[in-house]
Amino acid sequence: MTATTSRLIVGPFNRVEGDLEVTLDIADGIVREARVTAPLYRGFEQILAGRPPEDALVIAPRICGICSVSQSAAAARALAAIAEVEPPPNGRLAADLVLAAENAADHLTHFVLFFMPDFARTVYAGRPWHEAALRRFAANASEASRVLVPARARFLHLMGLLAGKWPHSLALQPGGTTKSVDPGERVRLLAILAEFREALENVLFADRLEAIAALSSLSALEAWADAAPRDKGDFRLFLHISRDLGLDRLGHGPGTFLSHGSFGLWPAGVVMGGKAQPYDPAQVAEDLTHSWMDGPTQPDADKEGAYSWCKAPRLDGRVAEVGALARQVVAADPLARELVAASGGAVRDRVVMRMIELARLVIAMEGWVRQLRPAEPFCVESPLPLRGAGIGLVEAARGALGHWMTIEAGSIRSYQIIAPTTWNFSPRDAAGIPGPLEQALAGTPVQPGETTPVAVQHVVRSFDPCMVCTVH
Amino acid sequence: MSALAADDVGLVRALERFNIRLLWHPSLSEESGAEALAVLQGAADGSIRVDALCVEGAVLTGPNGTGRFQLLSGTGKPVSAWVSAIAARAGVVMAVGSCAAFGGIPTATSNPTDAVGLAYAGAEAGGLLGAGFRSRAGLPVVNVAGCAPHPGWLVETLADLALGGFDAGRLDSLGRPRAFADHLAHHGCGRNEFYEFKASAAKPSDRGCLMENLGCKATQAPGDCNIRRWNGYGSCTDGGFTCINCTSPGFQDPGAPFQETAKLAGIPVGLPVDMPKAWFVALAALSKSATPPRVRTNAHADHVVVPPARKPPKTP
Repeated sequence: MTATTSRLIVGPFNRVEGDLEVTLDIADGIVREARVTAPLYRGFEQILAGRPPEDALVIAPRICGICSVSQSAAAARALAAIAEVEPPPNGRLAADLVLAAENAADHLTHFVLFFMPDFARTVYAGRPWHEAALRRFAANASEASRVLVPARARFLHLMGLLAGKWPHSLALQPGGTTKSVDPGERVRLLAILAEFREALENVLFADRLEAIAALSSLSALEAWADAAPRDKGDFRLFLHISRDLGLDRLGHGPGTFLSHGSFGLWPAGVVMGGKAQPYDPAQVAEDLTHSWMDGPTQPDADKEGAYSWCKAPRLDGRVAEVGALARQVVAADPLARELVAASGGAVRDRVVMRMIELARLVIAMEGWVRQLRPAEPFCVESPLPLRGAGIGLVEAARGALGHWMTIEAGSIRSYQIIAPTTWNFSPRDAAGIPGPLEQALAGTPVQPGETTPVAVQHVVRSFDPCMVCTVH
Repeated sequence: MSALAADDVGLVRALERFNIRLLWHPSLSEESGAEALAVLQGAADGSIRVDALCVEGAVLTGPNGTGRFQLLSGTGKPVSAWVSAIAARAGVVMAVGSCAAFGGIPTATSNPTDAVGLAYAGAEAGGLLGAGFRSRAGLPVVNVAGCAPHPGWLVETLADLALGGFDAGRLDSLGRPRAFADHLAHHGCGRNEFYEFKASAAKPSDRGCLMENLGCKATQAPGDCNIRRWNGYGSCTDGGFTCINCTSPGFQDPGAPFQETAKLAGIPVGLPVDMPKAWFVALAALSKSATPPRVRTNAHADHVVVPPARKPPKTP
């Protein structure tokens, strides 16, 4: 710390899901240290304890209005592990469709409404792309949102059909899904996907989804960006902005990536220092040193040295980043591996892999709908034993989500949840090691006079945080 | 977040049609940090006019009444203090969702955060703002209940307020807009024929009525869910699962597992609200004895096994 160090407290943080405060120590126009505070405690783990096990299917999704299905899926999988049942193929496909729809919708919402509007700010007036960014992304009035928000809403008709509604469905059960699909409904699902594909291909990508999904190297990505004028497709506009602002050099993460694996498309695993290794949930522990927590579920608002309600999950003692980038790095996607080889994971890389994953998800969903077999079962019964323990691992849009559940005498004895943003926005641990966002913010430039530094906002939003899940 | 898909055009455009402009929205506005605080400060001190304050989520008053479980980022002050301050200036105060209305899910089990609704704690008037609270326009807190509420309930209530002439007569006894609360979730249920014949589902994904065994409370739950549908095609019962009466206070602690029907001597405890029990039992017994085999068979399958009979065409 030098004598010129100043402290800036930034909050409330807009266009992230939930409540976030960031404390920055700044010297010579650079963030030296960051502390990330989740200022809300919710007590869901306490609420779940003592209840009938299946009540988790009602309570857990209501942790969050944007990751609702992911929470639902994790609860259903934990119960399925205890009941030792597996859904029939139709049930697995329908549940995957519902989860993929949430992930895809979240990726789109993040890009159009949460992340990109910052480039329309007046601080960027004069950049060659600013006029296009203003037109395409200005908050509440953008051309992009006028097309893509309705497209998202109509895409969520898939939720109406398969899950009754979104958010907060009970359609995902341990033994499968409650809604069967008849041949007419299967056609309607394909029609919904076709309409969504059209909007993505016309507006977001200005290209076929297959062309985006196939981008497999940095040079291919750069060549695609240069293949048309910069405002042809919102993804291309982002790539040009990113190049101009050096977003590939902003917001370096910890370089360790964790994924629970998803849809049978992307396997579970860990990548640490560029090396792949298997994921073992038993290596996950929550450090409470700087959390206002007295025990796994007991709050202590007066705790010395604490600065967040968020706990600090660590993987064998290591800080890990989760999310679309982590998923694709772990899955050995060549582009994702090349992106992080240079940077360890930066703002650009998180956004790029989210967009590429969006294209891949929609393509996969079209295949899954075709595989549905009307008149074959969607659900099996899943009676629970009186005692047992199960883990439900899911990839939400924002990364690895886990539910750890034990039941005794037919009731929930303990319920532990580790959400994606709990990983990414965790506070320091006992060894004083900062969480991923705290690490990523160190080194971020701050312009003179900035009260809510715009580069800090890019770094924070690049993780697509969900604070309400974080502090369940 | 459900409101983001409002009317298939999104919240901002759905409100624009009625000249309603968002002063600030945590997920949609550009303002962040200091800029956002300036808006909230202006709303609290009256220098910015607020026609409607919409609050989502229960207000957490714990631990020990300090509100430290829920501080507004960047201010060190409890959210409860901000809500009270802005509510005192706002034309209308709206609780969006059952948490903001009645406390909802955070109050379940032991209510570990001492959560309350804006003007109710459960079914009891009071909450954060007190039973006697009236906004600048003379209205009690408008409770757009539901978990989540239908986006249409939010947009249409705001639009109705903007059009003028909205008085307390448009609200039911718990402050919910009667536009949706005068209906029951049961109205228009696609399982209607199974309900009529008491042909009941026994396990998840069965097509039968969900009331007798699987905990469905649609015959008691305020809401037009099955008349207007959700996300284009859906509703809870159409999605194959039970209505949990999420628009009502106390829904979070039903006293039995959510997906099981509490019964006394084999008869569901929660019968349709305004139906004499003896009549219900008598009618149920009668309709069960008259159930066509088609309905009985299909009630226990996840797809139509027996289609409706067709009369052979008359030959001249």
